[in-house]
Amino acid sequence: MKVRVLLFASLRERAGCESDELTMRPGATLSDALGVLLSRHPKLGLLNSSVRFAVNREFVDALKPLADGDEIALIPPVSGG
Amino acid sequence: MRFLITPDALDPDAAVQAVAHENAGAVVTFEGRVRRQSRSREVVRLEYEAYAPMAVELFERIDAETQRRWKTSLAIHHRMGSCAVGVVSVVIVAAAAHRAEAFDACRFAIEQLKADAPIWKKEIYTDGEFWVGQGS
Repeated sequence: MKVRVLLFASLRERAGCESDELTMRPGATLSDALGVLLSRHPKLGLLNSSVRFAVNREFVDALKPLADGDEIALIPPVSGG
Repeated sequence: MRFLITPDALDPDAAVQAVAHENAGAVVTFEGRVRRQSRSREVVRLEYEAYAPMAVELFERIDAETQRRWKTSLAIHHRMGSCAVGVVSVVIVAAAAHRAEAFDACRFAIEQLKADAPIWKKEIYTDGEFWVGQGS
């Protein structure tokens, strides 16, 4: 299955791109996808524990099972307003 | 339009018009503006970025919550892109029957936006830049 990952702000700058598409095994979790993402973009380094995750625009934890077509977003500490 | 994320200049009057109604005896507006001084440095401009579809969904949720708690109606408009000092970067309008509810809902909405809306700002100084809250 394919999932799309969106990167924002400092993470986007570190990776040098704003999105990527990953091919995952059926049954993969968000945590699995993050592992693949970090190996494809070593410049991301280790994700700080302050980074949150969203799948299809909902905050989720890393154990979230993924489905084909999911849109994952890495959300570094927000600073709107 | 009640919920808006735009690269264009914000119009606080348009936000008020989006929620004002005959039974709203109290309309409270919060404007966030770009400040000159931050972290003891001089800011030249801010650059905003958002995960806009998720941010708008969050604005709608904040509105649903304030409606439930205070019977208010909200407008939330947020700027994207480059904003010079003094520019209005966010407008929140809360309309209610009475002032206490409107003030409470407006304060609640800006605090929720700041805590959870997927929006980021980079401060640009004369001699550097900084993603607020991200340590880089």
